[in-house]
Amino acid sequence: MLLPLILFYVFATVLVMAAVAVIVSRNPVYSALSLVLCFVTSAALWLLIEAEFLAIVLVLVYVGAVMVLFLFVVMMIKVESPEEVMFPLSQWLPAAIFGLIYLAAAVVMIVETPGMEVSLRMLTATPAQFALYVFEHHWFSIEVISILLLLALIGALCLGIGKGARREGVRADSVSTPPEAASAAVEEEI
Amino acid sequence: MIVPFGHVLLVAGIIFALGVFCAVVRRNLIMIVLGIEIMLNAVSIVFVGAALRWNNLDGQTFVLFILAVAATEVSVGLAIIVYAFRRTGSFDPSNFNLLR
Repeated sequence: MLLPLILFYVFATVLVMAAVAVIVSRNPVYSALSLVLCFVTSAALWLLIEAEFLAIVLVLVYVGAVMVLFLFVVMMIKVESPEEVMFPLSQWLPAAIFGLIYLAAAVVMIVETPGMEVSLRMLTATPAQFALYVFEHHWFSIEVISILLLLALIGALCLGIGKGARREGVRADSVSTPPEAASAAVEEEI
Repeated sequence: MIVPFGHVLLVAGIIFALGVFCAVVRRNLIMIVLGIEIMLNAVSIVFVGAALRWNNLDGQTFVLFILAVAATEVSVGLAIIVYAFRRTGSFDPSNFNLLR
């Protein structure tokens, strides 16, 4: 039973390092790719703590759809110049003070919570059991979530072909091009 | 027997703190949304660990809802970011002052 223990700590270390890489790297493309690594390792972590279905959903939905969306947006629009990415130095002191307060509160909470030493047992919730549980106890929430996803689709579509694109004279089929390229295309047509 | 529950909480706490740092410190809207994603990931890790700790599938169900809401938030948020970039030509939130 030593192997899951070692795997857990290995994946946790990789997870933390990937999160640090997301923050540190100046190029948003590298940040998004590090976040992909972050999600994959946390899916492995969830497999170790027995959430099989959720691990697969995390890889499919996040790595497959959400991060690809991020990469599309990042690559569609030119990357910001690296000088103005970080805060000015004068704001680091209050940030550090509030961060230390937050850290102290978190440490107190983790220490004060009972049952920290309880070792987690190996239990398996198979996807079939999980689906039965969800649709027995939370079927209404699932319906609400589906309507929410539909509304998000409509909202994103309305924002994507919104007023800003029409005002610039961009045709409806070239909506996803950045303004420089779109205006250049319009100029070429003229 | 695998790890103690406290270690799961510790990992999730570190990840959440890193996400808060990313969302607060970076001045790029895309990086702020990435920080929010990291925070949601940390919260999901806590939920999955707690579901195993108390042997209750409600935790995993809630993670499912978190995933759906996060996907919603990312799609609408990225659409808003692209819209704001078209209007102002910048990712810096301090440049979004069209009402002034």
